[in-house]
Amino acid sequence: MQRRHFLSAAAALPLAASGVQLMAATKGTPRVLVVFLRGAYDAASLLVPVSSSFYYEQRPNIAIARPGSAADAAIPLNAEWGLNPTLVDSMLPLFEKKQLAFVPFAGTDDTSRSHFETQDSIELGQPLVGARNFQSGFMNRLAQVLGARSFANESIAFTDQLPLTFRGSVQVPNLVLANLAKPSFDARQSQLIAGMYQGSPLAGTVSEGFAVRDEAMHDINGDPDKHSGMSGEMIAASRNAITAKGFEGEARRIARLMRERYHLGFVDVGGWDTHVGQGSGTGYLANRLAELGKGLAAYADEMGPAWDDATVVVISEFGRTFKENGNRGTDHGHGSVYWVLGGGVRGGRVVGEQVSVAPGSLFQNRDYPVLNEYRGLLGGLFTGLYGLSAAQVQQVFPGVNPRGIGLV
Amino acid sequence: MRRRQLLITAGAGLIGPGVLAGCAAPAALAVRPASGPHGDAADLALLNRVTWGVDSAAVGEWNRLSRRDYLQAQLHPDPAARLPATAQAQLDALELGRKPMLTWIGEMEQRRREADALTDDEAKKAAQQAYQQAMNKLARDASMQHLLNALYSPNQLQEQLTWFWFNHFNVHQYKGNLRAMVGDYQAQLRGRALGKFSDLLITSATHPAMIRYLDNEQNAANRINENYAREVMELHTLGVDAGYSQKDVQELARVLTGLGVNFSDKTPNLKPAQVPLYVRNGATEFNPARHDMGEKLVLGQAVEGRGWDEIIAQLKRLARHPATARHVSHQLAVYFVADTPPPALVDRMSRAFDKSDGDIAVTLQAMFDAPEFNASLAHKFKDPVHFVVSAVRLAYDGRPILNTAPMLGWLNRLGQGLYNRQTPDGYPLDAAAWASSGQMSTRFEIARAIGSGSAGLFRAEGAPADAPAFPQLSNALYHGALGPTFGERTKVALDGASSPQEWNTLLLSSPEFMFR
Repeated sequence: MQRRHFLSAAAALPLAASGVQLMAATKGTPRVLVVFLRGAYDAASLLVPVSSSFYYEQRPNIAIARPGSAADAAIPLNAEWGLNPTLVDSMLPLFEKKQLAFVPFAGTDDTSRSHFETQDSIELGQPLVGARNFQSGFMNRLAQVLGARSFANESIAFTDQLPLTFRGSVQVPNLVLANLAKPSFDARQSQLIAGMYQGSPLAGTVSEGFAVRDEAMHDINGDPDKHSGMSGEMIAASRNAITAKGFEGEARRIARLMRERYHLGFVDVGGWDTHVGQGSGTGYLANRLAELGKGLAAYADEMGPAWDDATVVVISEFGRTFKENGNRGTDHGHGSVYWVLGGGVRGGRVVGEQVSVAPGSLFQNRDYPVLNEYRGLLGGLFTGLYGLSAAQVQQVFPGVNPRGIGLV
Repeated sequence: MRRRQLLITAGAGLIGPGVLAGCAAPAALAVRPASGPHGDAADLALLNRVTWGVDSAAVGEWNRLSRRDYLQAQLHPDPAARLPATAQAQLDALELGRKPMLTWIGEMEQRRREADALTDDEAKKAAQQAYQQAMNKLARDASMQHLLNALYSPNQLQEQLTWFWFNHFNVHQYKGNLRAMVGDYQAQLRGRALGKFSDLLITSATHPAMIRYLDNEQNAANRINENYAREVMELHTLGVDAGYSQKDVQELARVLTGLGVNFSDKTPNLKPAQVPLYVRNGATEFNPARHDMGEKLVLGQAVEGRGWDEIIAQLKRLARHPATARHVSHQLAVYFVADTPPPALVDRMSRAFDKSDGDIAVTLQAMFDAPEFNASLAHKFKDPVHFVVSAVRLAYDGRPILNTAPMLGWLNRLGQGLYNRQTPDGYPLDAAAWASSGQMSTRFEIARAIGSGSAGLFRAEGAPADAPAFPQLSNALYHGALGPTFGERTKVALDGASSPQEWNTLLLSSPEFMFR
């Protein structure tokens, strides 16, 4: 596809008039990607409470072995916690470089234990009591605040629908990158379609749709002329076609867009609802975690120097039961473990409010408690990243008490 | 009064011989003398609003009847109406229709228990997967019933209302075993779509799909679950700003205690005094042992604890509440008229609703008669399901497709999959929800899929391949009726098309086609 051809043609269209601006991302401004693990992943199989004998009692079939005790044993992170061994080549190096932190006992106070209800309430980020506004997600409110403060706030969802979290007054495009097919329309056809909409209220939206997709193809497939600030080696690297499969390939494509153009992104990854046969250091869940870890490591790699400005937050709607169920799986629980990684993250630590993993510390006698409520946690993180005022944090998370736990 | 006829000049501008044999044959339509151009455009716009999208069959009906008779026929649909033979045969062949809901639920429950009882992890996973696939098939059959009816039923208004009521009383297919219930739920709503609102409400309230979806099966005396009680007032009847209180929600929840589901043959153990109060209707059960027999205070009125009759009486009371007349009229007007419907129109509809004891046909008649309705024609942005159904109706113009799976895929891509709205509020009905940049790009891609090939629509299940063909949209329907209503910019673009496929794609991508 002749990109420049399209752009010159598009210039004749009311792109500028509609406020569509696709500026290249500038260095030094934060780039935040939120990764939502839909289905509630089993956090105790990621961050293993290796010092807790209670853990080994409660999970006779699916516990991950104490460090050094088996081939697929946990990797020690500190005296209390170990990492699922499937992440040894992807996440452990980032943890050791102090660019990855884990926040255990994180989540929401919503106790419905319903996937949909809890995903929605987290994405909306509104107080749990009172009427919900389904047209106002917390990431859109963050984009509003950033825009008003002249912070770069170009936002995009890498999902097939605009997720709840990006609904709101800032217009946010969405684009699936799991399999970026060749565009259906060449420049002439795009022009014909956009031409039909000229002068109509949808003109800007239609042009933006073509432009976002076109720019995405360009950023992902590479164009040496555009990468002025990059070394020859980097240019050569970015021209390589992406061959990685699955989430790793998608994560590399996302990284290229976040590196070049966007400052606020959202993607979701499913397949975590492990009620049956979840495995331990190997098996179904370990494979899913490995794929996720590889993807996140690829994201860091693909960002290049922009990794210094990048923050990735991995969240999930709730945790799972601490005790294994009768099917070598786990059921819907409460507290989870969030991951925070990035070039500027103060990582290599397990941070936030914690409690020893023992019978008395479980919530409702079955789940991890929530000690690090996500709105306070993210409110604190955004305050640190952007220097938001108290009032601005209130706009993003109404009624919250932001809690900086030294992540950035 | 002599009504204007929609002009169809058969044959004008057709692209050569049909590439798809038998497709696009509107020759059966009478050629009528032309009338004023505004008349044609207004008639066409009305047809586009009353149906799932204009096609030759709808134009034929319109030309045969007066406006009044056409609308009367749509408002009072013939329950014995059949689809064209090939489409009806597909409907009749669906497995879902061969057994009643209760039988399906029982069979699926049995399969689930057998799968759960397996001790080998791998065997269990495989059995659970097979169970999930069978459940998916039941929901898919229901979606075929919906799409084939939307595409080909002569009762087009009823079919639009079937979607509307499902969305109004929304349930989500992936909760519990609801995939085995959505087909029946949809059929029950279809049968009452133009009847009394109280019938629709009671049908929904007592259907196992709703009882399970909004957790009323968990609602028992002293262990209240407010979920359904809250939503029935907020979403289904009064509307969120009607002035009821949290206390009203709690009290209505107490009224609704004991209304649950029972998929087994067993009857619960009851005290002798409770036995006469027990009600069982299919899977719907009223269990007096779970009902709060105390006195309640709902919306300022004392309610005596009586059981099933008490529940039905309170539902009827909600259905007849003036706030319900307003809320339901408003929702209908958002769906059929405008994102922000004119208050005068909603007033008029509410009065008709009130006077007729919630008769939907009467309420819609008032809407059709209102000047605000005519003024709104061709200005309502299509939601994805209208976009997809109208595109297939126009493209193949009465020639029944053999496979609805591609349509389901498109609806899911566009974010409005059937039975797929997780939250009880239903899909939004306004343009803002459906006009994102990603949505528009995806619509153009779907326009291209439909316009430039048969897109899998003619590959019957099990058949190896689709016929390599594409529809002819530049046909008599376009040239006789549609084309004259299109704007200059669209005509210029169509003239710039380099192939018939591209022409089709542009037509289905045009701004005119995005509105109804």
